[in-house]
Amino acid sequence: MGEAIEKVSIIVSQGSLEGVYPGLIMANGARAEGIEANLFFTFFGLDAIHKKRLEHLKVAAVGNPGMHMASLIGVLPGMSGIATHMMEKRMEEHDIPGLPEFIEMVADTGCGLYACKASVDLFGFNKEDFIDQVEDVITVGEFYGKAAGGQIIFT
Amino acid sequence: MTTDTIAGTAVQLNDEGFLVDPSQWTEEMAVELARREDIDALTDRHWQVIRFMRQQYEDTGTGPNVRMLAKTSGIPVKELYQLFPKGPAKTAAKIAGIPKPRGCI
Repeated sequence: MGEAIEKVSIIVSQGSLEGVYPGLIMANGARAEGIEANLFFTFFGLDAIHKKRLEHLKVAAVGNPGMHMASLIGVLPGMSGIATHMMEKRMEEHDIPGLPEFIEMVADTGCGLYACKASVDLFGFNKEDFIDQVEDVITVGEFYGKAAGGQIIFT
Repeated sequence: MTTDTIAGTAVQLNDEGFLVDPSQWTEEMAVELARREDIDALTDRHWQVIRFMRQQYEDTGTGPNVRMLAKTSGIPVKELYQLFPKGPAKTAAKIAGIPKPRGCI
């Protein structure tokens, strides 16, 4: 066994349900191992910490080979909703928390939550748009400062 | 795997410091195991978690992960991390002499 990892800083850049969960699971898992963790939400990842949007994240039904369903079907109105509903139902059966509960839990473990300033400006958001658990809106340079000495994971 | 003496008893520990044989565990060992995890004093709240983990292991064959621990013990996640900063399920399991719970969430 090599040297233990002591800190991870995880970037969440996707706005789909399946795009956001890996980063959250990595952060939660790190905290459960006593590893320091930060989450940095950028671009569409901001939806996962946005008060008005985090309850409405969807599974990508188009251009998603992982769905094992033709995009031609995925474009039909309502398909994204059906795919999302099915995913959420299965997650509930496996006792995986829904997004708002999961984000709150990850924050409670002591993981730092940050929004990317460039994306915040790009989308015309401000700190008040985000859930209270978000500590700050920071630049990429400030993110690197927080990540120093640890591993960086891009999702 | 290493052999060690904890609270006067010779025990085997795995690479991560968990008791290989949970049946050897005593509450006296918990105090020493906690000290090794940088927890110098076990409060009543610590004991509540430790005893809960132990009971879960005895009832179901495994300890709970952090989320299950919070849900079923009634102690919130935030407080669990204050009691056991290095990871509540992992640390409390080690102190309770049970195997590390497996789970990803």
